[in-house]
Amino acid sequence: MRRTRQLLAIVLALGMAALATVPAGAQTVVGVTATEIKIGNTNPYSGPASAYGTIGKVIGAYFKKVNDEGGVNGRKINYISYDDSYSPPKTVEMVRKLVEQDQVAALFQTLGTPPNSAIHKYVNQQKVPHLFVATGATKWNDPQNFPWTMGYQPNYQTEGRVYAAHVLKNHPNAKIGILYQNDDYGKDYLKGFEDGLGDANKKMIVMRQSYEVTDPTIDSQIVNLKNSGANVFFNITIPKFAVQAIKKAHDIGWKPTHYLNNVSSSLATVLKPAGLEASKDLITALYMKEVTDPQWRNDKGYTDWVAFMKKYYPEGALDDQSNAFGYNVAILMTQVLKQCGNDLSRENIMKQAANLKNFELPLLLPGIKVNTSPTDHAPIEQEQLARFNGEKWDLFGDLFEAVRKH
Amino acid sequence: MSASRLPRVAGLLALVLIACALPFVMSNFRLFQFSQVYIYAIAILGLNMLTGYNGQFSLGHGAFYAIGAYASAIMMDRWNIGYGWTIPVAGALCLIVGFLFGLPALRLEGLYLALATFSLALAVPQILKYFEHWTGGSQGIVLNKPNAPFGLPLNPDQWLYFLTLGILILLFWLGANLLKGRIGRAIVAIRDNHIAAEAMGINTALYKSLVFGVSAAYTGVAGALSASVIAYVAPDSFNVFLSVTLLIGSVIGGLASISGAIFGALFIQFVPNWAQDISKAAPWAIFGVFLIGFMYLMPFGIAGGIRLLWIRATRSRVPQEGRSAVPTQAHTTT
Repeated sequence: MRRTRQLLAIVLALGMAALATVPAGAQTVVGVTATEIKIGNTNPYSGPASAYGTIGKVIGAYFKKVNDEGGVNGRKINYISYDDSYSPPKTVEMVRKLVEQDQVAALFQTLGTPPNSAIHKYVNQQKVPHLFVATGATKWNDPQNFPWTMGYQPNYQTEGRVYAAHVLKNHPNAKIGILYQNDDYGKDYLKGFEDGLGDANKKMIVMRQSYEVTDPTIDSQIVNLKNSGANVFFNITIPKFAVQAIKKAHDIGWKPTHYLNNVSSSLATVLKPAGLEASKDLITALYMKEVTDPQWRNDKGYTDWVAFMKKYYPEGALDDQSNAFGYNVAILMTQVLKQCGNDLSRENIMKQAANLKNFELPLLLPGIKVNTSPTDHAPIEQEQLARFNGEKWDLFGDLFEAVRKH
Repeated sequence: MSASRLPRVAGLLALVLIACALPFVMSNFRLFQFSQVYIYAIAILGLNMLTGYNGQFSLGHGAFYAIGAYASAIMMDRWNIGYGWTIPVAGALCLIVGFLFGLPALRLEGLYLALATFSLALAVPQILKYFEHWTGGSQGIVLNKPNAPFGLPLNPDQWLYFLTLGILILLFWLGANLLKGRIGRAIVAIRDNHIAAEAMGINTALYKSLVFGVSAAYTGVAGALSASVIAYVAPDSFNVFLSVTLLIGSVIGGLASISGAIFGALFIQFVPNWAQDISKAAPWAIFGVFLIGFMYLMPFGIAGGIRLLWIRATRSRVPQEGRSAVPTQAHTTT
């Protein structure tokens, strides 16, 4: 008797759960009404990659600014952003929630290579715009197989080729030593660099040293690289190790031509802790204005960003490049929506995203323009080399246009 | 005996019927969530056997989940083996790995075992990156979502729902038989007093290792199913937090309880989402409040709490049964 009642209760509870979830009816244009447009996003607000979560927040702050100023073509942007903790199964769940339950018009800036890999097929099957994903991997620019996905930033391989071209031109007889992080990020850079050197790479690269992201220090790798006789150093490290590498090389008196990857180009988090004197003459490739670099203090793009940050996202750090990154890309998304006019169908959103012509963003380097087409889903493909003069990054040379491989 | 089982069997049948009806009333997204619940439930039942019934703590079941998922994914990706075949193979592989890990773990008790298993949870995601040729490194392996076989008129979400439900029922039935019989009593006896158990002639070393193996096998099957349902595996999917989540599900649902595994799975699937709906700023703080609240209100897990409530409700009518059930309710099964 007791058991029967026990089961009856469970049965009733399940029955109610079933009733509570009636599927939502389809609209003619998904995620759009006369007064709003729904944009979906996932970001790691918790978990190991939560430092990036600020990108999702600054985007929300920018859309609030757009809405306060009247929205886009009279529609407010309803930005729905869920935490996926950088865990791919959670991303799948949250993106399905956004697409199937919240019925967003488009996905935007979903963050991280593994999370985006997990939803890549799904969003293309569902034909949901999957725009400006926040990852440096190369695979997002594949419009033939994945017409609904589009990347955003220059990818690591492209940047590796930029340095290779500079080495070949200026140090044709260089002996190159490389330090890289032993994962996809490090290997992507390495591959781009080696591809860029072409056949010369075998005789030019005299030593490759790697480290694990969990290693405490990389001092011995730097000593090994010095002893290899290398006179060019390609430094593929995240900020923590970049600081160590720059310091150690300086301390042991190793003075190679030092190429530092863009990932660690921040003055606040890398160059200052490593020592401005030790950082002198470093070379990097940039595509954004480095917000901690004093040369942009009076730049309009920078001052507008600071004003925006103070008003809409006061808790966000002004020395965190991620906040500049999110601001730029939110402006780009707003532009796509503007271009859509009154036709906010998913097809037209995708069509307009693939129809960006020479669009400039306030915190991209002067001259760098966003260009896309139905066969080019890589919006930013230009970078410029810069040398650190002990105080700021001095841009030099021409903008480097990535070799497009389709 | 058969008379007392009748309402129970009828009730279970009704539950199964309702579960089978859900695909035709729920959205695909909800079905996907419930498939995940069933997968978690299988993993938690595995952990429950080890921790709840046998008293061996594991903070590393995420590792077996990962091994099951990768075993299935690599078989599908590299050798084009049908997903259906990969699931038992993944389970068998985890059975062996779990058994072998259980042997040295015999020397460790309580917290020390918890730490040893924790090291597994820490190590496996990194080891996966090391064998990049097989595992795809940190980019992982993208898989195809299986379609319904034999031309069944079901979409992939509905089919996967039925598949996970079917495997859940099979494994729960096997688990219940295992735990309620002679072997189950031996397993519990080892937990309660292993010296006494040994004196009664139970080979504790063998039993403990075997329970470890079976527990890992359940979790491995769950992992293999998750590979098909998510259609993607990557080291980031199986971080340390997964192991902790499974343990949370196991404790919240009710240790040493078969139905508790389902309650625990519902908890770890839905409560983090509710927490996020309540507060975007501090979802894990809200989750923590839920967790503490549940532990305070239902110290023996949801299964134990429900049982206790019914005992209270029916005590006036069947006092003897009520009294005798209260002190042991944490360890009995529902």
